[in-house]
Amino acid sequence: AAQGSGPVPGDGAGPPAPERVLFPPTFSVSEIKNKQRRHFMFLRWKQQQRKEKLALKKKRRKEREALGDKAPPKAVPKTIENQRVYDETTVDPNDEEVAFDEATDEFAPYFNRQTVPKILITTSDRPRGRTVRFCEQLATVIPNSHVYYRRGLALKRIIPQCIARDFTDLIVINEDRKIPNGLVLSHLPDGPTAHFRMSSVRLRKEIKRKGKEPTEHVPEVILNNFTTRLGHSIGRMFAALFPHDPQFIGRQVATFHNQRDYIFFRFHRYIFKSEKKVGIQELGPRFTLKLRSLQKGTFDSKFGEYEWIHKRREMDTSRRKFHL
Amino acid sequence: CWSPQVVWSMLGNRQFCSYKMSTKTQNFCRNEYNLTGLCNRSSCPLANSQYATVREEKGRCYLYMKTIERAAFPRRLWERVLLSKNYEKALEEIDENLIYWPRFIRHKCKQRFTKITQYLIRIRKLTLKRQRKLVPLRRKIERRENRREEKALIAAQLDNAIEKELLERLKQDTYGDIYNFPIHAFDKALQQQDAESESESEAEREEDEDEDVDKREFVEAEDSELSDFEDMDKLETSSEEEQEEEEEVEKKASHSKSKGKTPLKGPARRKRPYIEIEYEEETEPSAKTKAA
Repeated sequence: AAQGSGPVPGDGAGPPAPERVLFPPTFSVSEIKNKQRRHFMFLRWKQQQRKEKLALKKKRRKEREALGDKAPPKAVPKTIENQRVYDETTVDPNDEEVAFDEATDEFAPYFNRQTVPKILITTSDRPRGRTVRFCEQLATVIPNSHVYYRRGLALKRIIPQCIARDFTDLIVINEDRKIPNGLVLSHLPDGPTAHFRMSSVRLRKEIKRKGKEPTEHVPEVILNNFTTRLGHSIGRMFAALFPHDPQFIGRQVATFHNQRDYIFFRFHRYIFKSEKKVGIQELGPRFTLKLRSLQKGTFDSKFGEYEWIHKRREMDTSRRKFHL
Repeated sequence: CWSPQVVWSMLGNRQFCSYKMSTKTQNFCRNEYNLTGLCNRSSCPLANSQYATVREEKGRCYLYMKTIERAAFPRRLWERVLLSKNYEKALEEIDENLIYWPRFIRHKCKQRFTKITQYLIRIRKLTLKRQRKLVPLRRKIERRENRREEKALIAAQLDNAIEKELLERLKQDTYGDIYNFPIHAFDKALQQQDAESESESEAEREEDEDEDVDKREFVEAEDSELSDFEDMDKLETSSEEEQEEEEEVEKKASHSKSKGKTPLKGPARRKRPYIEIEYEEETEPSAKTKAA
């Protein structure tokens, strides 16, 4: 039987909970065998906890008001971003080594404005309607890009042809069960190849409150939150897709926002309503990417040298650890 | 003993044969030694005491034969002969082994052998092409990733982030001359007053430069976002700014006012500014009314 705690409820709807219930310290609600009674006692315990919490809050607020200016600053709530495990490869903006690396890696010609990006977009075999439409929309978003139908050709044979025709980047959209679900981005003259898992793809007609079609102007690029070395190189890969000089007249901006290893792509048109207010309107497709692997050379699944592979067992152990 | 006619009348026609698969139009035989695959009197391996088939194993073709003499020894019933890899030679071998056998069985054996070689060739050709590797999705992991993606999306607050970034770029003048924003109402009044005094503008220029230098340092230290694109543009436009300083004055004045974090300056509104007085924000409205 229950260990003598307050008034024992007779049946389900017992007497209303008293203001202060005395629980002997060895009592725990889970020891009552009767389910109804146990449930009732648990609810009462919960109510009491809530009351205590509220009282504590009120007290703290009163203290804070009483102190006025001298009150200690409000505690910052913990978020996953705050608690992120410190990654030793985080790039310091003043790091010389990083700057030197970036001046000499495969994207240096792009950032020195020696090459103009030219993109080839293709799919896996036999693409279905959704993927085809997505490719077309992507081609309107990325300037100087061409969509080619993949007629069962091997990538290894396409790549030398692309290099011969001066393409700088190759995008392959992989499809499964009629929806696009993967993206392979390969920088062509022997540049790195990144393989992403693509999810929540929205075509233009599925976006609510969208604007008109994206025009031919070169959009600006926003790259957010690419902090580690790996993130940095991926960010540069994305930046290398777009021509270096954006046309501000077009007022279009393509955003790659990295949050907890998910890269969100959005395409907006902005307008400055005043100095401190800007309005944005989403046009164009949207999708999210998650990096699966980064390979040093061009696409070669068997003999390539992988710079980074997502290994689930090792890398997904902590919820606060991110790699990009 | 079981004569083939009896076997056939039992299994094939009337009673149950476990190898028989009947469909609406036809009957099939699932027996692995069946020559044609159909359930017929002449194709049933159980109902014919003399029978032959061609089967392939691991890419090599064998001729299997069954004769009446061995009907009593189930283990030795089927005799196996390896056929040569050469197509014509194999056909000759079939003919040799099945000499004096009924025409039907010989013909069907050769037909079956032809079909088998054709599909073996196709297998070899296909393995040379790209093989699609099917990677199974793990449901738990997919669910977990989708959930994390949703949470990340909420945490990202994309619209706010993009707007903030665009405003930052506006402040740092990456857009150059395209946007002219007078912040406050009395800036317009300022522009009217600027028509009067040029010395005022000179003083402003000096003050602006100081202010801009300070502001530039202030802004850069604060900026910790890492995007090369932005960095490069900032580097370029900072040099542009210095050029512009000398050329244009009014616009710079309004721009520098528009880097709006520091409080606005009193002297800008007065007729002869020589003293730099900083107002607190509360007194601004009163300052406004003075000008008007």
